[in-house]
Amino acid sequence: MPDPFLIGEAMTGGYGATDILHDCTIAVEKGQIAVIVGPNGAGKSTAMKAVFGMLNLRGGRVRLNGEDITKLSPQDRVARGMAFVPQTHNIFTSMTVEENLEMGAFLRRDDIKPALEQVYHLFPILKTKRTQPAGELSGGQRQQVAVGRALMTQPQVLMLDEPTAGVSPIVMDELFDRIIEVARSGISILMVEQNARQALNIADKGYVLVQGANRYTDTGANLLADPDVRRSFLGG
Amino acid sequence: MNTRAIYLFAGVGMLYVLTGLLLSWNVSLNILILGLLSAIMALGVNMQWGYAGLFSTGIVGSIALGGLAVVFISGNPVPQAFAAGGWQVIFGLAVAVAGIAAAVAAWTYMAPGRLRNLAVAAILIGGFFLYRAIFDPAVERIEAFDPATYGNVGGFGLNSIWAWPVGGLFAAVAAWAIGKIALGLREDYLAIATLGIAEIVITAIKSEDWMSRGVKNLVGLPRPWPVPYEVDMQADPGFLAFCANWGLNPTTTSTLAVKGIYIVMFAIVLGVLIWLLQRALNSPWGRMMRAIRDNEVSAAAMGKDVKRQHLIIFILGAAVVGMSGAMYVSMLGQLVPGEYTPLRFTFLIWIMVIVGGSGNNWGSVLGGLLVGWLWLIVDNAGPLVMSAATAGMADGALKSHLVDVAPQLRLLTLGVALLLVLRFSPRGLLPEK
Amino acid sequence: MDLLNALVAFLNFVVIPAASYGAQLAVGALGVTLIFGILRFSNFAWGDTMAFGTMVVILFTWLFQSLGISIAPLPTALLALPFSIVITSALLLGTDRVVYRFYRKQKAKPIILVIVSAGVMFVMNGLVRIVIGTEEQNFADGGRFLISAGDFKAWTGLAEGLAIKGTTAVTMVTALLTMSALFWFLQKTRTGKSMRAFSDNEDLALLSGINPDRVVQVTWVIAAALAVIAGTLYGLDKSFRPFIYFSLLLPIFASAVVGGLGSPMGAVAGGFVVAFSEIVVTYAWKKVITYIVPQTWAPDSLMQLLSTDYKFAVSFSILIIVLLFMPNGLFNKGK
Repeated sequence: MPDPFLIGEAMTGGYGATDILHDCTIAVEKGQIAVIVGPNGAGKSTAMKAVFGMLNLRGGRVRLNGEDITKLSPQDRVARGMAFVPQTHNIFTSMTVEENLEMGAFLRRDDIKPALEQVYHLFPILKTKRTQPAGELSGGQRQQVAVGRALMTQPQVLMLDEPTAGVSPIVMDELFDRIIEVARSGISILMVEQNARQALNIADKGYVLVQGANRYTDTGANLLADPDVRRSFLGG
Repeated sequence: MNTRAIYLFAGVGMLYVLTGLLLSWNVSLNILILGLLSAIMALGVNMQWGYAGLFSTGIVGSIALGGLAVVFISGNPVPQAFAAGGWQVIFGLAVAVAGIAAAVAAWTYMAPGRLRNLAVAAILIGGFFLYRAIFDPAVERIEAFDPATYGNVGGFGLNSIWAWPVGGLFAAVAAWAIGKIALGLREDYLAIATLGIAEIVITAIKSEDWMSRGVKNLVGLPRPWPVPYEVDMQADPGFLAFCANWGLNPTTTSTLAVKGIYIVMFAIVLGVLIWLLQRALNSPWGRMMRAIRDNEVSAAAMGKDVKRQHLIIFILGAAVVGMSGAMYVSMLGQLVPGEYTPLRFTFLIWIMVIVGGSGNNWGSVLGGLLVGWLWLIVDNAGPLVMSAATAGMADGALKSHLVDVAPQLRLLTLGVALLLVLRFSPRGLLPEK
Repeated sequence: MDLLNALVAFLNFVVIPAASYGAQLAVGALGVTLIFGILRFSNFAWGDTMAFGTMVVILFTWLFQSLGISIAPLPTALLALPFSIVITSALLLGTDRVVYRFYRKQKAKPIILVIVSAGVMFVMNGLVRIVIGTEEQNFADGGRFLISAGDFKAWTGLAEGLAIKGTTAVTMVTALLTMSALFWFLQKTRTGKSMRAFSDNEDLALLSGINPDRVVQVTWVIAAALAVIAGTLYGLDKSFRPFIYFSLLLPIFASAVVGGLGSPMGAVAGGFVVAFSEIVVTYAWKKVITYIVPQTWAPDSLMQLLSTDYKFAVSFSILIIVLLFMPNGLFNKGK
C-alpha cells in the first residue's frame, strides 16, 4: 500500500516532561477529509499540532508526499504546502478582511489575485466585508476569514482545529459544506472536531483518540455505524 | 551564608581595605558609609522585586521623601515664617487631600453615569481652586520671610535620628497612593507610573521653596544622635589627651571617628533589617509571598489576596528605602535636591539588587557594597587614572575632554555589568536558594 | 474686549508651541508604541536612544559646518539626519543582536526586557556623555524665524505678535512627512502589513510564514529613524542635553499609553493630547484673559494652573487617568 499523502506515524510526545500522545497515527489521503474525534483531553488538538510540528516528538515520524518532514519547523511546513487554522486567535482582528487574506499569502511572490478570487468565491460574504476590520465580524464570518487566510497559501493540506467551536448549528452546516467544497478541489483536509457525529458524516476517514492513542480508525460511515463507537463517543 | 558568600564578601572587603591603603582611609570609610546606605536601599528594593516581582522605577522618589522628612523633623524652627502661613499651608494641603478623598468617594459610591463623572470632575476642579486659594497666599508669605536665610516654613528642630522612621513613613504613604493606583495593572505600567511619581516628588522638592528652600539647598541640618561634631571633639580635653597619649593627630582621628560612628550606626540598622527580613522570609508570610511571586494565578486560586499582599510589600519596601533616604540626608546635614537623579538613585540601586542576586538579602548587601564602591571610587580615583592614562598625550582638547568625561565611563561599565549579569548569571552573584 | 489680540496671543503662546511640542512627542511615541507592539516591552532606553541619534546628528552638523556645507535657510541638521539614522540603526540592530534577541528566543517575561532595556539605557547614556559630554549643545542654524513677531505686528497693526520660529516650521513639516511615510508604509506595503500582523497576533503571523526576525529588524530600523527625527526636532527647537532626553521618557510614555500602547494612530493623537494639556495647564493665561474680559475685571494673578516646573505632573496625571479608566488607551477599541 502506498504512503498516504500526509501521515503522522506512531507519534509519541507532549509539551513538557509527560507524553500526551502515545504511538498515535494520523493520516489523510489526497483530496480527502480526515477527522479526529474523541473525548475531552484525548489529545486531539495535540495530535494535530504534532503533525504540524508545534511540539517536539519523542518518537514517530511525519511524512508529507513521501518526504520526511519530522524535523521541519511549522513555518517550513507552511512553505511545503501545509496550512493550519488554530482554534482561537485565528484572525488578525485589527486588520481588514482583505489584509487578513493577503497575510495568508505572505510567502507567495506571484500574483495573489486568483487565490483571492477563489476565496471570495468560496465565501462570498467576505467579499462584501473586505474592507472591514476582521475583529468586527460575527463568529461564523471570523471562521470563514480564518479558513480563507489558510487557503491563500494554496496549500495541499488544510488543517483545522475545531473550526465550528462556538458557532451556531446553521453556520456549522454551512462551514462543513464549504470544507467539502475545498476537499473536492483536491486539497486534503485534516480536522479536529468536537461535533463528532456531524464531522464523521462528511469524513472519508475518522480517527477516534482516547488518552493520546488510536482507539478506532475507519471510514467516517463505518465509525458512525459501529455500535461501540456510537455508544461510547456519539451519545448512543 | 555559604562559602561563596564569604569569599565574595571578603573580596569586597579587600576593595575597601585597598582603597584605604592606596588612596586614604578617609575615602575608604566615606565610600563604606554610602555603601552601607546603598545596601539598605537595595534591601528595600529587593523586598519589592525579589519577594513580589514588582518593578518600581520610583526609588529616587522614596529616597528624596525620606530626605524631606529630615527637613521637617530636624530643620531649624522659623517661628515667624510658620506664624505667617504655617497653619494655612497645612490647612490648604488638608483641603487638597480631602478633595481627592471626596472625589474617590464619589466615584466609589455614586452610580456610574454622566452624573458621577460630572460630580467627580466638579469636586476635583473646585477642590483644586479652593486649595490654590488657601495655599498660594500662605506660601507667598512664608517665602517672603528672610529669603536669603530662610524662606521656608521651618522644622521641629528635633534630633535627626527621629527623622529616620518618619522618612520611612513619608515614603510609605506615597507608596500606598501609587500602589493603590498602579498595582494590578500590567507590570510595565507600574514601572512607568512610578517613574512619573518620582519625577513629581523631585520637582516638588526642587521648586517648593517653602518646605525645603528648593534649589537654594537647606543646609545646617543637625547630625543624628549620638554622632559628635569634629570641632567639638577637637576642643574636648579628654579627646586631646587620648590622642596625645597614642600619638594620634586629633584632626584625622576625629574625622575617622565620626565616620566610624556612622558606619556602626548604619551597620546596626542594616543588621536589624536583615535579621527581620530573614525571619519574615522563613515565616508563613514569607512562604506565601514567594508562592505569589512564583505563580500569581495559582496563589490567587488558593484564596490569597495577591493585590493586597503586593501593596503591603510595596509599601514596606518603599518605607525601608525612605528611611535610608532620611539617614543619608541626616548624615550629609543638608538637602541638595539636584542630587536626586533617577540614574543615581533608581537605576543604580537596581543594578545593585540584580548584580547582588534578586531575592537574596545578602546579595543585596553585597551588591550595595560592591556597586556602591565601583560608583564612588570613580569620583575619587577616576581623574587620577585618566590623567595617568593620558599622560603621554599632548595637552589639548581631546586630552582635557577625556579627563572630563572619565566619570561617565562608569555608566557604560555598570550598564555592561548589568547586561552581562542578566545574560549569563541572571540570579546574580549570590543566588536565592 | 479685544478678541483678535486674545486669539493671536492664544495662537502664539499656546497653539503653536503645543503643536510643535506635540509633533515631537508624537514621533517619539510612535517609536515606543512600535517597539511595544512588535517586541512587546516598554523600552526604557528610548530617551537615551533619542539622545544618541541626536548626538550623531550634532556631530555631522559640525562636520558639515566645518566643510562649509549648508542648506540655508534650512538647518544643517536636516542634512545630517540620514547619516544619523544609518548609524543609530546599526547601533539598535547591534543591540538587538547581542542583547534583546537572547531574551526573545527565551520568551522572557516583558518585565525582564524592561530591566534589560534599563541596562541598555545606562550603556547608551554613558556613550553619549563620553562622546559629547554633559553640556548643553545648541546646533540650530538656518533661518531663525518664518514670521517674526515684529513683522506680524507691522503687517496687522495688532498689539500682539505672532511668531513662527524656523524650527517650529521645520518640526511640523518633518513630523508630518515622517508620520505620513510611516502610515503609508504600515498600511500599504507588504512589510508594513506584516508588521501589523505580527503585532496583532504573533502566532498566526508565524503560521502565515511571516519571518519574525525580519519583522524585528525592520522595526528597529524604523525605531532608529523615529528616535533620530524626534530627538533632532526637539533639540533644534529647544536644545540638546543628555539629561533632558532621559526625562522626555515620561511624556513620551504617557503619549503612547494615552493612545493605547501598540497603536500608531493612538501614539500620534496621544502626543498632541499630552503636549496641549501640558501647555494649557502651565501657561499663564493672564494676558489672554485680560484681552477678553472688560478692563475692570482684568486678573491680578498670572492665572496659571500649575507652574511650568510641574509640567511632568501633567503627563503623569494624564497617564494615571488613562491607566485607571481606559487601560487600553483612548483610541483602542477593546481587543
